[in-house]
Amino acid sequence: MEHHGESQGHHKSYLEGGGIGSWLTTLDHKRIGVMYLAATMLFFAVGGIFALLVRLELLKSGPLFSPDVYNKFFTFHGAIMVFMFIIPIIPAALGNFFLPIMIGAKDVAFPRLNLASYYVFIGGALLAFLAIFFGGVDTGWTFYTPYSIRSATSVILVTMGVFVMGFSSIMTGLNFIVTIHKLRAPGMTFHRMPLFLWAIYATAIIQVLATPVIGITTLLLVMERVLGIGFFDPKLGGDPILFQHFFWFYSHPAVYIMILPGMGIVSEVITVFSRKHIFGYKAIAYSSLAIAFISFLVWGHHMFVSGQSAWANFLFSILTMLVAIPTAIKIFNWTATLYKGSIHLQTPMLYALSFIFLFTIGGLTGLFLAALSVDVSLHDTYFVVAHFHYVMMGGTVMGLLAGLHYWWPKMFGRMYPEIWGKISWAFVFLGFNVTFLPQFWLGKMGMPRRYHDYGPEFATWNMVSSVGSWLIGVGFLMMFIYFLWSLKRGEKASSNPWNGKTLEWQLSSPPTTHNFDHVPTITEGPYQYGVLR
Amino acid sequence: MLPQASTIAPHIDSLYNFIFWISLISFVGVVAAMVYFIIRYHRSRWDPFKTPYITGHSAMETSVSVGLFILVMVIFAWGWKDYKKIVSPPQNSLEISVLGHQWFWEFEYANGKKLTNELVVPKGRPVKLIMSSADVIHSFFVPNFRLKQDLVPGTYTTLWFQATQTGEHPVFCAEYCGTGHSKMLAKVKVVEPTEYARWEKEEKKEKGLNPAEVGKELFTKKGCNVCHTVTGQALIGPSLLGIFGKNEELADGKKIQVDENYLRESLMQPQAKLVKGFPPVMPTFQGTLTDEEVNAVIAYIKSLK
Ligand code: HEC
Ligand SMILES: [Cu+2]
Repeated sequence: MEHHGESQGHHKSYLEGGGIGSWLTTLDHKRIGVMYLAATMLFFAVGGIFALLVRLELLKSGPLFSPDVYNKFFTFHGAIMVFMFIIPIIPAALGNFFLPIMIGAKDVAFPRLNLASYYVFIGGALLAFLAIFFGGVDTGWTFYTPYSIRSATSVILVTMGVFVMGFSSIMTGLNFIVTIHKLRAPGMTFHRMPLFLWAIYATAIIQVLATPVIGITTLLLVMERVLGIGFFDPKLGGDPILFQHFFWFYSHPAVYIMILPGMGIVSEVITVFSRKHIFGYKAIAYSSLAIAFISFLVWGHHMFVSGQSAWANFLFSILTMLVAIPTAIKIFNWTATLYKGSIHLQTPMLYALSFIFLFTIGGLTGLFLAALSVDVSLHDTYFVVAHFHYVMMGGTVMGLLAGLHYWWPKMFGRMYPEIWGKISWAFVFLGFNVTFLPQFWLGKMGMPRRYHDYGPEFATWNMVSSVGSWLIGVGFLMMFIYFLWSLKRGEKASSNPWNGKTLEWQLSSPPTTHNFDHVPTITEGPYQYGVLR
Repeated sequence: MLPQASTIAPHIDSLYNFIFWISLISFVGVVAAMVYFIIRYHRSRWDPFKTPYITGHSAMETSVSVGLFILVMVIFAWGWKDYKKIVSPPQNSLEISVLGHQWFWEFEYANGKKLTNELVVPKGRPVKLIMSSADVIHSFFVPNFRLKQDLVPGTYTTLWFQATQTGEHPVFCAEYCGTGHSKMLAKVKVVEPTEYARWEKEEKKEKGLNPAEVGKELFTKKGCNVCHTVTGQALIGPSLLGIFGKNEELADGKKIQVDENYLRESLMQPQAKLVKGFPPVMPTFQGTLTDEEVNAVIAYIKSLK
């Protein structure tokens, strides 16, 4: 990319100046991104503690906590991780920070809306957290009716929290779509956009189109509980399966809200750390859109044994199979990018490669669940739990960690300690596999999910799995410590420590408030590495 | 390994194994390529400024897509083929009704015998479970049979199997249902057909009314006979003789096959589907008939042949 003489030595970085008040009222997309990062990482820590408690209960057969307490643990774990961490974190934290920079803009299209979305998010999260003090919730993050109508716990607080957070998600998505359409620097055509932005763009479309449905669904559920209207309650002539349709109509696309941004990060990191042009730029870019599109047509695969008609199952199964194709293309292209690269195994790359490794397992095990007859045996067992953790944690979280280490120097002007990065990676990666690989086996043997207790036939692998969760815990603890440590003590980062080609690496680390002093002009694609032919 | 204790289990396992091997091969392929590239092209060995400029290879991408498309369609078709068997109970199945409760299972046989948390079935004979729930959604899951089906309150779902191994097979509730979810256990006790016949007979002696007989009493007690005969003659409402399994013509011109769910709906929301040629005057029995009474009435209607 061409460099248009940035001379920003005398400008202040976005981190400097102003007290806490100026942060809380900032319209700077970078500061808002950092505030999102702080909040979502905090929620991640809380969700992680609940995860450890769940695994602690399952360490041995026989009760440790009461069933009701355990049921609240897994509900909080799931709800926090899904709605407060994995859905928002990459778009709202990293996307907010880097999207405008990567297209050569000074900010997002609607900075005030951006700040509003942050407070709406925090408001929704607080509402949901309030439930902890009002008896908790025990419905699972899926809120299936009629259980959620009858549960005596604080279903209303949590679902209203989800409802409110949904608005934040819609606002962010809308903002990003407009920003990408309207604020690209001269020469930044769609086909010169970094793949991370394609992924964020596809995600934003899903956020805008699908999130209203979860809003309506939670609202209907609340009305059902408060007014007894009878949408879902069979006692009042309602249909409990209707709720599942509504719920998954959002929550299946939401799975792609979670994974697409992670895929985007992997595309960036793989190229930079192999110093190669991405293999199949257009295929990766358009497969994101293809995935976003298909994601709206497959919700019924969560309901193969709910009693929905065989023909509905036929359609949902065949459509689900199609998701495999754009997904496999991406895996193929990332791997092919490594070919004849110059591969540098720094922490971001280790996480990006872990993504490919784990996400491939997650994707392939999806085939078992998409096949109708096999799903009849595996549905709602630990096989499913393992599958979606390989996708969500092995995919999205690995992508997030790749991105976080990759962009940390840019965001905060300090390097994280590489050696600790690698040690912590080893704990997270090994711990992850020790935790979740055995769960495939547990599911195959028939252990249902959301079980507070289990028989002796499941004892060994549950114990292994719980020990694995401690390894993950240690890995993340290290990471939290060294990230915080590096904010003050880390080695000062140069403006381009990884030799990246995308626009953010042309700014100082950390960037100035206005990003670019002069609007950059873009003359080539983002991955022009290697000896040009 | 889990025993394969139903006729469908080996089929499901074959597809499982097929996908397993395909997946393993693909996974090993991806990882082997990745590891090889990492070692071969590690920066210590490969000048970062001499990487070649390769931007893609559409022919390769297309062939991967096409190959994969064929493969997943094979998996889909295989899954569908077996799934059709799973949802098509044979005509001569032994029917047993199942009611899920927080947190136990209740099984009721045609002769009125009720069992809790134990389902006795003969080996080698198709068994069809007609299931519903008294409270929240549950899911009847027998790992040894590789089968599961949700039980949804307010409607009937069915599950059929043919057991191939005698003995006791564990049953789990697979849909989260609250405090006792993980304790909502039962077993399917598969016995030899002769033993089953003996068991069925001896149970008959000590029982009072069977569900169809209870249903017959309810038919007059609840005033159905005011509007319905069971002789083939129409009154205010149609005769209920021989309607089960029949293709009923509705007021809006559609046709529907009379099954348990249709009958249940006729009682709970009579106006939802009107029989052609009759006025919408049947009152709802929502709240008047308990789940068990609804089952009994349905059993009675089924017995009218
Ligand atoms: C006030 C008269 C009335 C009473 C009482 C009544 N029904 Fe009906 N029923 C009707 C009419 C009229 C129809 C046809 C229109 C319709 O489908 O609702 C009907 C339809 C049905 C059908 C559908 C028949 C078919 O051919 O598809 C069933 C089954 C049925 N009733 C069962 C019952 C039972 C069981 C009771 C007692 C618990 C009962 N009805 C009480 C008037 C009545
Ligand atoms: Cu249950």
